[in-house]
This record gives sequence, C-alpha cells and structure tokens, in this order.
Amino acid sequence: MADTTTNEHQHQLLDRVVIRFAGDSGDGMQLAGDRFTTSSAVLGNDLATFPDFPAEIRAPAGTLAGVSAFQVHISDHDILTPGDAPNVLVAMNPAALRANVATLPPGAIVIVNVDAFDERAVAKAGYATNPLTDGSLSAYTVYEVPMTSITTEVSKDAGVKPRDAERSKNFFALGLISWLYTRPIEPTIAWIEARYHDKPLVKEANHRAFKAGYHFGETAELFESSYEVRPAALEPGVYTNVTGNTALAWGLIAASVRSGLPLFLGTYPITPASDILHELSKQKHFGVRTFQAEDEIAGVGAALGAAFGGALGVTTTSGPGLDLKSETIGLAVSLELPLVVVDIQRGGPSTGLPTKAEQADLLHAIYGRHGEAPLPVVAAKTPSHCFDAALEAARIAVRYRTPVILLSDGYLANGAEPWRLPDVDGLVTIDPDFATEPNHVDEEGNASFWPYVRDEETLARPWAPPGIAGLEHRIGGLEKADGAGNVSYDGANHERMTRLRAARIAGIAHDLPPVDVDDPDGDAEVLVLGWGSTYGAIAAGVRRVRALGHSVAHAHLVHLNPFPTNLGEVLARYRAVLVPEVNLGQLSRLVRAEYLVDAISFTQLQGVPFRAAALEAAILGQVERVRAGAAGPGGTDEVEGDNGKVVRS
Amino acid sequence: MTEVADAVPVPVTTRKDWSSDQEVRWCPGCGDYSILAAVQMLLPELGVRRERTVFLSGIGCAARFPYYMNTYGMHSIHGRAPAIATGLAATRPDLDVWVVSGDGDALSIGGNHLVHALRRNINITILLFNNQIYGLTKGQYSPTSEVAKVTKSTPFGSLEQPFNPLSLALGAEATFVARTHDMDRKHMMEVLRRAHDHRGASFVEIYQNCNVFNDAAFEGITGKDNRAEMLIPLVDGEPIRFGAEGQHGVVMSDDGSLAVVDVADVGEDALLVHDEHHDNPALAFQLSRLSHGPVEPTPIGVFRDVERPEYGAQMAEQIDAAVARRGSGDLAALLRSGSTWQVG
Repeated sequence: MADTTTNEHQHQLLDRVVIRFAGDSGDGMQLAGDRFTTSSAVLGNDLATFPDFPAEIRAPAGTLAGVSAFQVHISDHDILTPGDAPNVLVAMNPAALRANVATLPPGAIVIVNVDAFDERAVAKAGYATNPLTDGSLSAYTVYEVPMTSITTEVSKDAGVKPRDAERSKNFFALGLISWLYTRPIEPTIAWIEARYHDKPLVKEANHRAFKAGYHFGETAELFESSYEVRPAALEPGVYTNVTGNTALAWGLIAASVRSGLPLFLGTYPITPASDILHELSKQKHFGVRTFQAEDEIAGVGAALGAAFGGALGVTTTSGPGLDLKSETIGLAVSLELPLVVVDIQRGGPSTGLPTKAEQADLLHAIYGRHGEAPLPVVAAKTPSHCFDAALEAARIAVRYRTPVILLSDGYLANGAEPWRLPDVDGLVTIDPDFATEPNHVDEEGNASFWPYVRDEETLARPWAPPGIAGLEHRIGGLEKADGAGNVSYDGANHERMTRLRAARIAGIAHDLPPVDVDDPDGDAEVLVLGWGSTYGAIAAGVRRVRALGHSVAHAHLVHLNPFPTNLGEVLARYRAVLVPEVNLGQLSRLVRAEYLVDAISFTQLQGVPFRAAALEAAILGQVERVRAGAAGPGGTDEVEGDNGKVVRS
Repeated sequence: MTEVADAVPVPVTTRKDWSSDQEVRWCPGCGDYSILAAVQMLLPELGVRRERTVFLSGIGCAARFPYYMNTYGMHSIHGRAPAIATGLAATRPDLDVWVVSGDGDALSIGGNHLVHALRRNINITILLFNNQIYGLTKGQYSPTSEVAKVTKSTPFGSLEQPFNPLSLALGAEATFVARTHDMDRKHMMEVLRRAHDHRGASFVEIYQNCNVFNDAAFEGITGKDNRAEMLIPLVDGEPIRFGAEGQHGVVMSDDGSLAVVDVADVGEDALLVHDEHHDNPALAFQLSRLSHGPVEPTPIGVFRDVERPEYGAQMAEQIDAAVARRGSGDLAALLRSGSTWQVG
C-alpha cells in the first residue's frame, strides 16, 4: 500500500465508512464506485455495495431524473448492508447533490465538483439559489473541488481534446477518494492500463485524472484529515468480490460441472437479468450454450427443448418477462422436465421500476400459472449466496424433474460483497440419473418404456432424452395417464395425477435442511422471519436490537416452496413473528395460511433496500408489544414505521 | 447416448415400426391421414434411427402428429414448437428434429418463432399443414383464409389479407422452401425427403384438406381431374411448364413479373428455367406469388434450396474454438478469475 500519511495531514482510523458517488448517468459513477470497491476488497475490507441508477441510459444531463449513484460500505468488521446513510457524498453536479443530500446525516462530508455549479446547472437541478452559497449545506462539511477544470488541465499536453478529457473526471473523483481513504492506487492504475490499452488517449486521460485526484487530496490544503479503514477479520480463505449476477452465472456453471449436463441458457435481454447472459456467453469453454432468443417465450421454450434433449436448461428474466414465460413453465410442470427459471425481481406492476429492487414476485413464482401447477421456489439472500442458490435450484430441478424458479432481485444482482470461495470438490454432486432401459412390460410381454412411472422415494419420473432405442416416448401438455403417459381425459386419472404432482413437490421438503434460527440467547420471544435480499438489513437490524440488550431471533428462508419441514415448529416457539418484506406482505400471507400463525407484516416498497434503522425500530416495537403482553392471536392494528408499515389483520 | 446407438447398424424398418400404438383420432377423411402415411412410409427409406428422430408440435389438429409416431416426441404449446425445437436442435446435432404445425399455430400465435427459426437456419424440418381454417376450435378463419371468408367468427366475411406462407418464409431468409399437397403421396414423399436432407431449416407448406370445416378448399387445383392443368411442378434446371401435354409454361414479362402462358404462343426457349439454388431469392419469391390462392395455376415442389451455415453447428464450433483456445473449463479457476485475496 502506498504510504499516504503526510505531516501536514492528520490520519484517522475508522471502523467503517459509507461513500456514495453520484453524478449524471453518463458521468461514470458506477465505474468509479466499482473500482473503489475492488481496491477496498483487495485491501481486505468487508464491504457491501448498492448501485442505484435510473432506467434511462442517458436521461437529460443535469436533471434529477438522470442521477446515477453507487454506494459502497467498507469496514474493518463484517457488515451486512450497504449502509443506511452515506458518511461521504461525492456529487458531480447540482442534481446529484439535490437527489442525495436528504440521505446524509449531519456532519457528513460532501465533496462537490464546483465547476458544475454554474447558475444554469443549479437552476436545472431545481434549486432556487446556489446551495454552495446559500447556507443550506451548513450541517455538512463541504469541499468544493474544481474537478472538471483540473481534469481538463492535466491532459492538455497529452493531445486529448478538452471535451474528451473532461470525461475522465470520474477518475479524478476516484483518485481523490482513494487518497482520502488510503486506498492503494496500483490496482486502479493496472486496471486502466489493461482496460484502455487499445485506446491510448483515453488511457492517458484517465490515468492522469486519477493521479491528479489522488495528488489533489494530498497537496491541497483542503482536507483536515485522511482516513483509513483497516482490513476486516474475515474467516480464513481465498476471497473475491462478486456481484449477485456473476455469482448466479457461476453457480449455473457449477451445476453443469457437478452434474455433467451441458448448460443451455435460452433468454431475452432484460434489466437487471442481462448480466447473467453476458457472463455465461463468455464461458463457452465450459461447453455453455447461450441463446439470445426473439422473445421471453422463445427463451424459456428453447431452454425446455434443450432439457428434453438432456441438457441443463436455464432461462433468465425479470419483471414482465416472468409473465411471458408462465405458459411454458406450466408446460414444464406437465412434462416434468428439469428447468431452472431465474427471476431477478424488480419493481412492478408492468414495466414498473426496471432498475429498482422489489420482492413482489413471490406469489407469482409459487402460484402464477393456470391450473394446479406446483413448483419449487428458491431465493438467494446475498450476492454471493446467488452461487449456492443457483446450484440448489439446479439440484432440485434435476433430482425431481421439475421447473424451479430461482428468485434474486435487482439489489442482489448488482450489489457486490467479498465471497470466501468454496472448495469446488466439496460442492454437491448432481446425478442426472438418465433412464437407460425399458421400465415396463406390455400385454404381449414386450419390454417398453413408460415415461410417467415414478420413483418411489422422490415421485420423479424417468428422464429419457432422445437417443436410446427402446425408450422412444411422447410427452405433452395434455393430461397423461398415470404411468403410461398416454393422453388421458379420465377424471379419476386427472385427480390422481394432480395429487401426484403436488405430492412430488411437497415431498421435496424432506430433502431440505431445516430452517436455521439465529437465536444466540435462546430466550427470544420475537422471531424475525425473512427471505431473499432483506437478509443483510434484517441481520443488521437484529444486531442493533441485541446491542440494546434485547433477545431477538432471526430465521431466513431460502426455500419458499416447499417450506422446510421444521418451519411450523419454529414459528410456534415465538410469541411474535415479524415478517419484513419489500412487497405488500407475501411471505407473511403464506405462513399465516400454512401455519395459522399471527405473523406481522412489515413492508416497504421504495425501490431501495430496508434500512437497518427502520428494522431496528420495527423489531423493538414487537419486543415492547410482547413485553406488554399484547402478543398472541387476535386484534387488528396498524403502525406506521419511519419508512415502512406494520400491519396486523 | 450417441455412442451406444452408433454401435448398432441402422435397422431395416417398415411403416409399422414408425407407427405408435395410439389410435389416430383425426376426423375420418382428414388430409392429415395421408400426410402421416407419407411420413411413416418415407422414414424407413431415409436410413435414420427411430431413437434419433423427434417430432415436436404446438397446438392444433396437426399438432397431434407426434402421438402417432413411434419416435421421441413432444406435443407442446400453441405456436412455440419452433422455439422448443431450437433448444433441442442446438444442443443435439445428432437428432433429426421435425416440427409439425398448422396455419394457425405457425402463422398466427407462433409467427414470431417461425420467422426467427428460419432466419437462424436451425437444423429442423418444419411441416406447415395449411388448411386455411381453424379446425380444433371448430371453424374460425385463419391467417391463410381467403379475404371475405365466412366462418363462425366472421359471419359477414373476414377482412384480412392472408399470409402467403412461402413468401413469408422466403422473406424470413429461409434456406429451404417447398410446397406439396395431401393428394399426391409420391410428390409429398419426394419433397419431404429433400426437406429432411437439407442442412438447416427446411420449410414445407402442405396443402391439407379439412373436410369438416373447409372442405375442398384445394380441390380446384389438387383434385385428380384438375391437377394437370392447375399444378405447376418445379424441377431444378428445367423450364417451368405444366398441363396434360406440357402446353402451358411460365415466362418473365417485360416488366419483370411472371406470367402463365401457352408454350405455343411464346416458344419453348422463352420459358423460365427453374433454379432452386440461386443465391437471390427473388425468383423463388415471384414464383411463390404466381397464384393468389388455390384457384389459379400454382407451383409445387422445391422453390429454394441454398446452403448457409446451420445455427447449432456454428454454436458447437464456437465452443470447440473456445476450448481449443482456453482449455476445458476449470471451475476453481473461474471462481478465481477476478481479483482475489487471501485472509488468514
């Protein structure tokens, strides 16, 4: 690490810091945040990131609609969320300041690109007066840095046009923050060299801007102090920094490797799922076939066709794409073929909030098909857990010959965290267990193959891809006769098949680990039950409540259908069950229906993750309610939280 | 799977071997019966294996086809068979994949998948049973019904310009386009043989009579007594002529359009010579539009048969090239492909 401590500056140790880079969509804030994250990861900090950007690729420059931000939380201890409130805001223009200033706690550092605060830009952001001079930022420590002019100036003699040079100002900001937080500069310089090796002028401009930013921090008598966040004491192992979408793509490859099944992805580009396609399309040397279909329907159709042929068929989507795939998923339920359907949830209904996270597809995933069409649903809880969740979804799909819906969301997809790499030889092995021989004898004594004869333990039917003589068979979306698989319109058979399909999916519960309850004191009376990407925020909220001296338990579901077999017993142990969700209460509805438990829903749908503080307040509310003897069945009340709503009905 | 099958020579089969034990349930007199017979009689001649043959379909009367074939098969959902076939053919180049579809399935609900499968040149053989009516839903007009068609859903006549399936396929960059009909088994088998042998996507329109909801729609051109004067057999490299005595032919007019003429009026040398393999699909397109429905002299046979790389093979080549360049995928190395650091 470069020694950046100088005599002129103080140097302070921090246990953690939350930094938010904000600018126009075209300002490269995602890139700056991502590079800062990488150098922090390499340094050994624990971290969590939250990219927050608009759906428009380039909304009008300088407007609130066009503000793109990247928040990163780095710490010397293990952390669970990207942070409630930034300690530092880097604002590249007035709109970026205005869009984010409300989230800052008093005393936060605000670093602005003062060159962008001319009268017109200030007005365009909706300010009546210049916030840098009207005193409205007096609660913060504001540093005005002429980022545009210095960036342009340093590349003047490099042959870079001023207009082009200006575009490197995100690297100036990155350099400045790298100095302020004592990040090593070498990884970023190496990255610039590699990334822009074929564009010498861009490379030079970015390199110079980055260094100029770094040196500005060091030499300008602006900053009283630089800071350092030491490495976190993480579990021993090899770590990498990974986003949810990358981890998910790698999990699918792992499933292919561990099953010996070639991976086929049929998909259609959609935010925020497309990065899984991008990642898998690079990994052809794993035998991965990626097919960018004409639409969502063809994407899942091709995946199902590949599964019929004996491949690990996968489709990825988001939002309205899941609606479009519903019919084909229903066919897969009828065909009883393995299929992994990945849904990166986003705000809805309809096009909704394409770049914002929501957990509102749970009931759709479980129930969203006509007819009785049950299927397993698995949900990832952190970016790195997307790897395990993908492997688990594939395991269930192959073992039980069923489509599985794997739920992630926009927050997990783009968020990153350090991941302790697993030993690949220790990963689960998936046995495709293809049919190899006839399984029936017909009336004339000839060996034949019945596609709907079931395994006694799993109730799964044989998977017999084309290619083996004697196993020729026809399957389809019409109801099939139990066993033989021929078309059958018989009512009694239909009821039997419907119950068999349901029993097969329900029976998967016996193949799942029991739900793990985090209840260190063992005497908690309140259980917080979550699923999906709220894991970090709930765990952080629980931690805060425990720090106040209260006992509280946390359970987080990975399997949403079927539920683990011990869930009912777990829920019954607690006097109050609080279910925080980024929807209007979908899991709470399920557990109420399934277990007759008086689950209390705590919900928020603002396109952003829960804040730990909001969960702390909601959990405390339940702790106090139990203490007052109010918990237990009955009654209706409704309590407004500070950014969420508690409903008992 | 492939290795096991390859060890055994292709067995000699008959039509019976390719027939499943399921009772065929099309209406008596349906044109589908003759298509099923032609396919079941052709397959023993192709030297292919039952276990490497797959029939896929969507929804509609024609879509019941796979149930009657003793091969691997899937009766899927409305219009989606070309998409499902794409995934199967792209991952299993060792298979013969047939897609059986109707005018509603392929051209209405599944139009998008059809044109993209053709454009991509997926190695599949698509049979479009065109009866110009919706049969399974009991008699509504279809995307190939003639204008002003009176049906259950159009009591005052349909308003829509029909699709010309061959023009559509040619416009979708299809590499093999042909037409045959359900009244001539020999012709049907010959066209289907050609379609099967073509590498890439093959598209065959089969005029098929629905004797319940649109009876005799093609009688005017495919009827035994009408064929000679109303069907124009296309033969590669030969002048395009027809009629009991070969007395009619097709010429290109001065304005570039095609016209049916009497050979006696123009002389044999003036006739257009058919070229299936021409790089430019323009002539095939013109031939596809020579008649405006089955009421005028109508070309049948192979309109277009050109070579273009097949999608699944190219996909496999990209994988082989990636393996050659980087070696077979190593999962542990993949997980370490970004920046890593050691703790403890």
